[in-house]
Amino acid sequence: MNFKRKDLLGIQDLSKEEILFILETTKSFREVLDRPIKKVPTLRGRTVVNLFFEVSTRTRMSFELAEKRLSADVLNFSSANSSLVKGETLLDTAKNILAMKVDCFVLRHPVPGTPHLLAKKLPIPIINAGDGAHEHPTQALSDIYTIQERKKRIEGLKIAIIGDITHSRVARSNIWGLSKLGAQVRVCGPPTLIPPLMEEMGVEVFYLPEDALRGVDIVMMLRIQKERQNEGLLPSISEYIDFFSLTEDRLKLAREDVLVMHPGPVNRGVELPARIADGKRSVILDQVVNGVAVRMAVLYLLLAKR
Amino acid sequence: MAKLAKLMDKEEIRRALSRLSHQILEKDKEVKDLVIVGIQRRGVPLAERISGMIEKMEGKKLDTGTLDITLYRDDLTQIAHQPIVRNTHIPFPIDNKRIVLVDDVLYTGRTVRAAIDVLIDFGRPRKIELAVLVDRGHRELPIRADFVGKNIPTASEEMVEVKLEEVDGRDEVLLLRRN
Repeated sequence: MNFKRKDLLGIQDLSKEEILFILETTKSFREVLDRPIKKVPTLRGRTVVNLFFEVSTRTRMSFELAEKRLSADVLNFSSANSSLVKGETLLDTAKNILAMKVDCFVLRHPVPGTPHLLAKKLPIPIINAGDGAHEHPTQALSDIYTIQERKKRIEGLKIAIIGDITHSRVARSNIWGLSKLGAQVRVCGPPTLIPPLMEEMGVEVFYLPEDALRGVDIVMMLRIQKERQNEGLLPSISEYIDFFSLTEDRLKLAREDVLVMHPGPVNRGVELPARIADGKRSVILDQVVNGVAVRMAVLYLLLAKR
Repeated sequence: MAKLAKLMDKEEIRRALSRLSHQILEKDKEVKDLVIVGIQRRGVPLAERISGMIEKMEGKKLDTGTLDITLYRDDLTQIAHQPIVRNTHIPFPIDNKRIVLVDDVLYTGRTVRAAIDVLIDFGRPRKIELAVLVDRGHRELPIRADFVGKNIPTASEEMVEVKLEEVDGRDEVLLLRRN
């Protein structure tokens, strides 16, 4: 198949075939990362701009590494020291950078839909690196790739996503992607952190991990942000730990070959104890390395043509 | 695409590969350092066949790899759709090895240029040689094959199509005309 899209904005509007094609392409880039020289000349002469309007370490470094491994030139922009503080709009900033002849924007922005706006207004590929609580497509693709690498399939797997579902773009992108590939996704968390209408996304809702974990192949823990406590959505972090932390006892309810995932950054001792995060069922670091390969694949598919 | 002629059948392909295998062996008596690498896509089964023939003659299994040149192509800014990236698998060190690259058709030489660049990123082989089933001429780079199954002079509007059992379900080499 040909990947004909101009942009990668989310998983929701991708077809099953497109997702599978990106995963298949990722396999070839994953191999590049094991070579003695982990760099290929594919995007020589192309310039990619990382436009980050939110703090990010992992995603920004992962994109930057993916771009450099493909021999693209990289410009990094972070909102803190930009002319946005002088009152320029996002679109003007982007158009001004574009006037300097760049080939692609990777955008992280706190407002949902911002990458879609840029995609509509600009003629070059836009990659969504996280828009508010909406989507984070490359993270979901690397999670799905990691599951497929270990389990050799997605279809029929039972997958529990546990934590703050409401504020999680990773959860949304994963639910769309995993469901399209035939997995049975369930979410679990305090009622205050589960958005309404989850069932309409084809997802089962649980409020206790003891119920959600029964027989699952994959458990995906989401980061709990301490700020949620101040917003009145959590009584306290220690109560959250009591009810939702992934203990050994709770993990025993899952299948014996369960994989433990976390998109990072991990609050050790909150979402899960260090022993499990570093244990043999954890694939947290696989998610990180596969993230670079997925981003290389996406950059390749959007940029390696006329 | 109009078919002009059948250039090789199954038996002719087998004999050509057998001769290539003998020539590869004769040129450098020592097989200790010999490595065979097939270029995706139809170079891969050809490399496996040559490797198998040499194994039969010498009683030694050779390291055999596959290589995809897509990420090293020189025309990625000129084509309308990105090509499919196939798998590269060279799970052994190539430093100081004698590598025989294998492809089905040698034409412009651009694929071979890219393949050499890929190999150099994996290590520093002692020597790289090239074996092809068909050399059809029209080189655009200063590249030549060390071992050739069959030389077939062609016109540039013609195409040489190699079909192999492992990929296409049958062995044959056809001469076609682009419409």
